[in-house]
Formats: sequence, structure tokens, C-alpha cells
Amino acid sequence: MTTISKVRYSRRSILKSGAAAVGAATLPAPMVWGQETKNITLRQFGTGVSNLNDVAQKVKEDLGFTLEMTALDSDSVTQRAATQPDSFDIADIEYWICKKVWPTGNLQAMDTSRILNYDKIVGIFRTGKLNPTSSIAQGTAPHTVGFVEGPGSTTFVDEESGWMTLIPTIYNADTLGIRPDLIDRPISNWSELLNPEFAGKASILDISSIGIMDMAMVCESMGEITYADKGNMTREEIDKTIGIFTEAKRNGQFRAFWKTFDESVNLMASGEVVIQSMWSPAITAVKSRGIPCLYQPLEEGYRSWGGGIGLSKNLSGMELDAAYDYINWYLAGWVGGYLMRQGYYSAVPETSKAFMTQNEWGYWFEGKEATDVITSPTGDTLAQAGEVRDGGSFEERMGAVACWNAVMDENQYMVRKWNEFVAA
Amino acid sequence: MTDQTLASPDTATALSTPPAKAGQSRHLTGWLLATPLVLILAAFLVLPILMIGVVSFWGTTEFSIYPAFQLDNYAFLFGSDVTYRVFFNTVKYAVITWIFTLLIGFTVAYFLAFHVRSLNWQIALFLLCTIPFWTSNIIRMISWIPFLGRNGLANSTLMSWGVIDAPLEWLLFSDFSVILAFVHLYTLFMVVPIFNTMMRIDRSLLEAAADAGATGWQTLWHVIVPLTKPGIMIGSIFVITLVMGDFITVRFMSGSQSANVGRLISNDIALLQYPSASATAVILLITVLMVIGILLRFVDILKEL
Repeated sequence: MTTISKVRYSRRSILKSGAAAVGAATLPAPMVWGQETKNITLRQFGTGVSNLNDVAQKVKEDLGFTLEMTALDSDSVTQRAATQPDSFDIADIEYWICKKVWPTGNLQAMDTSRILNYDKIVGIFRTGKLNPTSSIAQGTAPHTVGFVEGPGSTTFVDEESGWMTLIPTIYNADTLGIRPDLIDRPISNWSELLNPEFAGKASILDISSIGIMDMAMVCESMGEITYADKGNMTREEIDKTIGIFTEAKRNGQFRAFWKTFDESVNLMASGEVVIQSMWSPAITAVKSRGIPCLYQPLEEGYRSWGGGIGLSKNLSGMELDAAYDYINWYLAGWVGGYLMRQGYYSAVPETSKAFMTQNEWGYWFEGKEATDVITSPTGDTLAQAGEVRDGGSFEERMGAVACWNAVMDENQYMVRKWNEFVAA
Repeated sequence: MTDQTLASPDTATALSTPPAKAGQSRHLTGWLLATPLVLILAAFLVLPILMIGVVSFWGTTEFSIYPAFQLDNYAFLFGSDVTYRVFFNTVKYAVITWIFTLLIGFTVAYFLAFHVRSLNWQIALFLLCTIPFWTSNIIRMISWIPFLGRNGLANSTLMSWGVIDAPLEWLLFSDFSVILAFVHLYTLFMVVPIFNTMMRIDRSLLEAAADAGATGWQTLWHVIVPLTKPGIMIGSIFVITLVMGDFITVRFMSGSQSANVGRLISNDIALLQYPSASATAVILLITVLMVIGILLRFVDILKEL
């Protein structure tokens, strides 16, 4: 059995390991590179959420090397990580993508002893628990794919082994977005997405791995299906879930499906859709146009996701050192502050605090009333004084996660069924 | 006698040899001249299509494909009623779009060719038709979305005129919007070849028809339409293949609510299901070739050109 991932030539890796061998013999300490780091370029790709040009600029300022960013959608990211390992140095991927991609051997595990803030990383990514008492949510919880046996291993382990697959960078808890001005009653359950009251005004995202989870939240909330694990459904569960949604689709429940961030913003802002699965910054984008939009906390809890940085297995020597520098810099707070001011969470919130005002920290992290206007890193007004974040504090939101984005054992079957749903 | 009989085959060969040689070298030059194109087409058209055919029998895992000879992909394709619905949808889009582009395209071409008298005006108006094509295909398509939306220009205008009380939902994200976009995008592909053949119709034929007492409609139906057939066929082939192969227009204009075969393939590719995508592509290719084969039955394009 030949896999695509094996069909590639490795001139680049040969050159690199050669250079690394020479380098290691003469100059052992990573910090000595100094001058030469300026010539290093690391190619990072990932989904649009964290591939920000501001980050690349700041990296150039603080660390000296060049970071090239490529933003793609989740499907393309998976495809690229799995099939084109020579096209990137750093993969900014989600944990469920990691579960899919890691077995190809295209990424290398990271030595946690080289990660300065490792001990401060939120428990979710290490033990799976936010607090020692909290329970672990369904789906591909990050800690289950966060560690491998050792360097070069493709087997995940449950405990903190010292070899991390991805360094968590960004995560959040997702729920449904609604237009409170067009829905004049409280919404408190996932099942409202299929409420005939919103026929022709609902939407769901057309990314199978995430969409199926939203569907599961809805079906469970309707009382139609009880899942053993929403993140790992059986074929019968998949059939039933997709069946319910196909029927709703044929009855004209959905106005449109969306695949990209911008589409979701436009659907909501134009009033084509009043209730839909949505991502936090999309809500922000709608609000910044002066249109009321709410990220509605729901009784059943959140569907959560997390992303992290993984290193290409082709990285070695100077580039590898630069990549570790980059990771340490990433966790040192500036990026965290930047991301948290958009409504995401950073892996090491306490370092981010230094890069946020008291007001911002209170609003975004502690769920307190804003004492002053809250603005995004790019200067848009996101909230006025006196407003409170939808869903409340970090503990309230991340503590109410019902499931994580996941990839299931029956993924291929699910994908085919999803394709049928879209075509139905 | 014997000498003569012996000599005659010799002379015959002697006479026939030079033309045969010339023929051979002409053949050779012909082949040599054709070689570059043959190589290019073989490398960039025939090989990829063969590859698609081969891959359509391969197997697939989560993120890899492996060589095999299995009929799983086709079995799944033909076993799913979604496939039939999607193919039906694709053909439906193609037929409806074809009818509209043909009517509009023929009318525009007719106006340009027979009503506009001066050649300069003809060229000017023809160029005018192409102006929208200076922008990207996708932009022309997407600009319909704000226009047709629930609170879009079309709905708000109709409501302010009092024609409707509530916004028309079917204007956007429906089959209507998909076909509207298709007709908008592809009518020019009908106009150009029809205009081209119309310009080459001998005007004296029209005068003859008029002299013989034909009415305008009779001239149109019995003289112009038959003579324009090659143009209509070329335009039809353009439109039908473009519509049947499209995936992006359907995705955007239907808000992912409808599907055609192209979308089925693009979904598969996005999900790394290359063998399944290849199988669908092979079936689509066969379908399109069949449609074109039927079209070519009506007109021998090579003869008419």
C-alpha cells in the first residue's frame, strides 16, 4: 500500500540535515546564530483565525526571522498537512486535524523541556481538565492527541509524556449566533436551529467535521438521539443525524450553508439568516457593522475547538531552533493578548494579561462589565462600557464545553453521508 | 515483346517512384509538423484523463490513496440515489440555461448582424457586449447576491413600487438565481459564434427570399436559422459543457443548497476522496461526450465551417 504522503522527494530535507550536521559540529549553542536568523524564513500555514499578518510583523521585529503566512480553509489545511509536507515548516492546525494528520508522520513532536511556559499552559491541553474537578468533554479533546510516546512516534498517549504534538495557541467555545433584533424571544437550546419558526432563515456550516458536531448538539437537544460520544458516532447515529437534517433541508429550513468566515458574516449581517452556527469573531465582525448579533450561550453547552502549532518533520538545526524560539515567543503573551482581545483564549492566559488593560482582561477573561469602550486590536469598537461578554467568564464558558471538534472512526462514512446531505 | 513487357513494369516503377517518395516526405513533414501539438495534447490532455480513469479504480483511506482495482467508487456512485438526483439537476441546469442563452444570444446576434447596417456600428456594439467580460467571472456572479437578497435592491425596489408586500425569498439561493447567473455569464458564448456565422450569410439569399414572397418569419425560419446552425451548435457546445462542468456558480448562487456534479467532485476533492472524485469525473465526462455526440449528429460542423 503506497500512500500519497510517501511519494515525494526529499532533496530539501537532505540539504537541511546536511547543513544541520555541519552546524552542530561547529556551533552547538542555538543562540549563537544571531546574525544568521535574519536569513531564516519559516513558512506557516493554517486557518485564517490565527494566521495574522500582524503576528508575522511582530515576529520580524522581536525575533528577527521571517514568517510567511498562508491562510486556508480547514479542508485545505488538512489536505496540505497530509499530502505536502515539504510545503511548510510550521502547521497551524486544529486538534482534530492533528488526529488525522499525525499518523502520516509529517510532523515532529516537540520536547516540552524546551517550552519555557509549559507548566503554565491551561489544564485542558495537558490533563484534559480545566480544574482538577471538571469532567472531560466528548469528542477529540486536545489532551488525547496532545502527546506522543517520544520523538518520531506516531502513537498518541494519554499522559504528559514530555513530547507534545501541538503547542496550543488559540481555542474557544462555539455556539449559535442569533440576530436578537429579528428574533424577539429568548433562545436557550440548540434545537432552535431546526425550529420551523426560522424556516428559510437558518444556516449551518458546510465543513463536515464541524457541521456534524453542531448537528449532533441539535439532535440531542431535540431529544431525538442520545449519543454515547458525539465525537465518535456509530453509522446508525450518523444516518439518523444526517437524516433529520436532510428532512429539514428539504422542508426549506436553511437559507444557505456557509463555508468561509466571510460568508457567515454576510449571511448574518444582511439578514438572510437570523440563527446559524457561527464563530466568535464573525459575531464581532457583524457587530462592528452596527448590527446587533448575539453569541447565544445555550443550556446544552458549547462545542469547543482548539488549534495549535506543529512542526514539520523536515525542520532541523537552525530552523528548528528558530521554530522553538517562535513557540516560546508565542506563549510569552503578546500574541495571546492580541487573540484574547478578539474574543479567543490563549494557551497561557496569565502571560497575556500583561498585554491587556485591566478593563480588557475583566471583559474578555473574567466576564466582568466593561468599564470603558472595548476595541479590537485593529481599532474597531466591539463593546461599550457596561456591556458583558456573551457567556461570561473563561471558567463559565470553557467549563461548559459539551464536546470538542472531532474526527471519528467512521469519518469516511460520515463524509460521504455529508456529501449526500449537501447534494440532497 | 518480352523486352517490352519486361521494360514496362520497370518504367512503371521508374515513373511511379518519384511521386511515392514525394508523398512519403510530405507525410513525414506532416507528421513532424503535427508532433509538437500531439505531444502537448498527449501530455496535458490525454495523460491526465487516463490518470483520472485509472485513479477512479483506486482505494482510499483517511488521507491517502492506494493503487488497486476495485469498483467500490462506482458501486457507491451508482448505488446512491443522490447521484441520480444530482445528475438530473446538472442536466436540468444545462437545458434551461441553454434555452435562455440560445434565445437571447440568437436575438442579440440577429440584431447585430441584420439590423445594424454599418460595419463600424456592428463592431462597436459587439465590443459593448464584451465589456462585462473585462471583470472576473466570479465578481460578476457574486455581485448578484446583494442585488437579489432578502433586503437587496430587487426586493426593496419591488416593495417600494407596491408590486409585492413581503420580500421574495426565491430570488436568491434558489435554482432561479443559479440559472440567472448562468445565463448572465454564458450568453456571450452563444452570441459570438452565432454572430460569426450570420455575418457570413450571403445577403442576396435574403433578397431572393423576399423576392420569392417569403415573410420575415419565413425567411428567419427557412433561410437564416438553417444557415446559422453551425454557430448555434458551437455556442451550444460551449454553454452546455461550461454549465455541466461548473461548480462554483452553483455553490455561491444556491448558497450550497443545490448541487450539480461539479460540486460533488469538488466536495470529494476537498475531503481528499480523490478516487471517488475521479469516478464521478469519468461519468461526467462520458455524459458530456454523449451530449456533444448527439449535438454533432444534427450538424456536421467541419463541413459547415
